Amino acid sequence: MSGTFIGMPAFPAAARRAVQDAQLRHNLRKATHTIRGKRGEAVGELDDWAELREAGRAIKDRTLRHLDRYLEQLEERATAAGATVHWAADAEEANAIVTRLVRATGEREVVKVKSMATQEIGLNEALARAGVTAYETDLAELIVQLSDDFPSHILVPAIHRNRAEIREIFVRRMAEWGVPAPEGLGDDPRELAEAARVHLREKFLTAKVAVSGANFAVAETGSLVVLESEGNGRMCLTLPETLISVVGIEKLVPTWADLEVFMQLLPRSSTGERMNPYSSVWTGATPGDGPQDVHLVLLDNGRTDTLADRVGRQALRCIRCSACLNICPVYERSGGHAYGSVYPGPIGAVLTPQLRGVQGPAEASLPYASSLCGACYEVCPVAIDIPEILVHLRERVASGPGHAAERAAMSAAEAVLGDHRLLNMAQRAASAARGAVPRRLPGPGAGWTDTRDIPDIPPRPFRDWWREHEKERARGDGPGAAGGRADREGGER
Amino acid sequence: MTGSRERILARVRAALSDVPRGEAAEDVRVPRGYRRAHGQGPALDLLADRLEDYRALVRRVPAAGVGEAVAEALRRRGASRVAAPDDAPEEWFASCPAEVVRDAPLGEGPPLGVAELDAVDGVVTGCSVAIAETGTIVLDTGEHQGRRALTLVPDYHLCVVRAGRVVDSVPEAVARLSPALPQTWISGPSATSDIELQRVEGVHGPRTLEVLIAE
Repeated sequence: MSGTFIGMPAFPAAARRAVQDAQLRHNLRKATHTIRGKRGEAVGELDDWAELREAGRAIKDRTLRHLDRYLEQLEERATAAGATVHWAADAEEANAIVTRLVRATGEREVVKVKSMATQEIGLNEALARAGVTAYETDLAELIVQLSDDFPSHILVPAIHRNRAEIREIFVRRMAEWGVPAPEGLGDDPRELAEAARVHLREKFLTAKVAVSGANFAVAETGSLVVLESEGNGRMCLTLPETLISVVGIEKLVPTWADLEVFMQLLPRSSTGERMNPYSSVWTGATPGDGPQDVHLVLLDNGRTDTLADRVGRQALRCIRCSACLNICPVYERSGGHAYGSVYPGPIGAVLTPQLRGVQGPAEASLPYASSLCGACYEVCPVAIDIPEILVHLRERVASGPGHAAERAAMSAAEAVLGDHRLLNMAQRAASAARGAVPRRLPGPGAGWTDTRDIPDIPPRPFRDWWREHEKERARGDGPGAAGGRADREGGER
Repeated sequence: MTGSRERILARVRAALSDVPRGEAAEDVRVPRGYRRAHGQGPALDLLADRLEDYRALVRRVPAAGVGEAVAEALRRRGASRVAAPDDAPEEWFASCPAEVVRDAPLGEGPPLGVAELDAVDGVVTGCSVAIAETGTIVLDTGEHQGRRALTLVPDYHLCVVRAGRVVDSVPEAVARLSPALPQTWISGPSATSDIELQRVEGVHGPRTLEVLIAE
C-alpha cells in the first residue's frame, strides 16, 4: 500500500525540488556530518570491526538461505513461550490482523514504538479507518505525526526539521492530540524533550494496547529484541496488557548467541554510541511481568520476491542502522523525502524497488538515485554491496518496457564495438565531425547533457595516432615524437 | 491465516531454489574471528568511565559500605519514598533515610500499581550483568531486580552493581544471560538525539541513573 508514498514524484523531480531548499540542506548537512563523526569514533574503538562485520554478514546469509526452517522454529518457540504467531502475506493482511486484534480488546487507542515495518504497511492509516487512534511515541515520530509529515530518515525521522520548526509544530498541534505544549515553550532541545515527556506520560501510564516492531527475532528461543533510546519503547513493551509486534520475516537471527555480534554492530553503526540507552528482550509472555496477551505478526509483503533474486537478496541482511544514509552524498543533498519511500537513502534505493517491483515510475527511478561511489557498502555493518544491487536493478529497469530507443542504441554500439573495422570507421567519422558536436544534445539526449559535459572527441583516433607514431619511431625520430604528443594533448584540451 | 502461513513458507522455499537440497543451515560458515573482549582496561574502571560518559552518576564503594552509600545517595537526591524489589537485601536500607516500598513477590498479592510507582521518588535495585566496555547494566527480573515496570516508571533509578556481576564485553554478557526471562539493557539515563542530533538526557525512562559499584 504505502511502500512508496502515494503520489510522490520520481526521484529526479523530488530531488531537484529538495536541493533548492536551503534550510533543508543546512539541517541535513549538519545532522549527517555529526552522526558520521560519531559513528567513526564508535567503530574505530573496536579493532575487530572487520571480523564482526564479516560475522554479521554470514549470520544473516545463513538465516536467509534457510529462512523456512528458522521461521518454523521461531513460531514454535514463541508459541511455546505464550505468544500467538500470525502470518501476513502482504500489507493488507497484516493491517487486518492488527486491526482485528486491537478491536478484540475493545480499546480505541494504541501506543506505538517506532517501527519501519508498520510504516511500510501503512498501519496507522488502516487503524484510523477502523476508528482506532495510533499514538507514535518516539520523539521524532511524534514530530512527524503531529505535522502530518513523512519520515525522512530511518533512525531520525525528523532529521529534516530544526529546533525552531519543531517548537512551532508542538505549539500548534499538541493540543489536538492530547496534553498541549506548555506556555512559553522555547526551542531548546531539552525543553522540547520535556514537552514530549509531559505530552505522552498519561498515554503510557493508561494505554492497554501497544504496537511495536522488532530489531531482531531469535529463532532458537522465540525472543524479540527492540533497541531504543528514550524509554518510550520500554513503556510500550512493559505497561500495556496487549502487545502486538509486526516483524518482517528477514529480522530473524538463528541463535541467542548471535546477538553478541549484532548488539555490537547495530548501536555503533546507527547512533554512533557504544550502546543505545535501552534495549528490551522478551520471550512470549512472562506471568506477572509485562503484557500477558502477546502477538507476533510475521510479515512478507514483498520480502520473498526479494529473496528470490540471487543478487538482490543480500538487501534482506539490512538491520536498519541507517549508516548508509548518513554517509551518502546523494542523501545528504536530497534528503529522505525525495526517495518517496519509508526506506530512504541507498538502502531504500535497493529495497523499495525490490519489495514493490520496478513497474512504477517512482520505483524505477530509485536505482538511479546514486553516484555508485560505494561509500554505503564501506559503512554497511552487514556488508550489503548496495552498488552491485543498484546496477543489477538498473539492468532490470532497462530491460523493462519503455526503453526501446536505449536498447536500439546499445545494440548498435554492440555491433560497432564488436568489429574493429566498424569501430575505426566510426571513430574517424566522429573525429571529422568533432567541430559539429553541440555542447548539449538535442531531443531525448538532452536529459543526459543537463548534468554532464559531452566528452571532447580527439582530432584523430588513438589507433591512427599510434600507427603514425610507430612509423616515425621506425624512421628514427625517437620515442614520443613531439608532433604526436602535441596532437594527443591537443586532443585532450 | 493458516493459508498465509503455508503460502509464505512455500514462497520462501521457491525463492531459495538455488540452495542445494542437502545443505544444512550449519553448512553456511560463520567466521567468528572477532574478539571475546577488547582488553580496553580494568573492567571496573572501564565501566565507571563509560557510565559517566553517558552522564550517569557513578560511585565506587566497598561491598560492606553499600547501605551507607544508598543512604547518602537518597539523601542527596532528597528522596523520601523509594520502591524496591521484594528480595532487595535488608542491609542496603540499614541506614536509609527514606521509606522503602517493597513490591509484592511474584504471585503473592497485587504488585505496585503504575500510579504508585509514578508517585515514589525513585527505585533501588541490583542487576544481573554489567558490561564494562559499553557501560551497560542488564536487568533480567532475577535476584534483587524485580519486575520491569519497577525500574521504568520512577524518575530516579539507583542500581547496585556487585563487582562479580561485571563482565568485559557484549559476548561475555550474552553468554551469561538467558532470554527465558525478560531483559532490559540500560546504558545511561533515558536520552534522545532526535532534535538536530543533539543528545538530551531524560525523556520517558528514568531521567537520572545512579550506579553504586560495590567492590
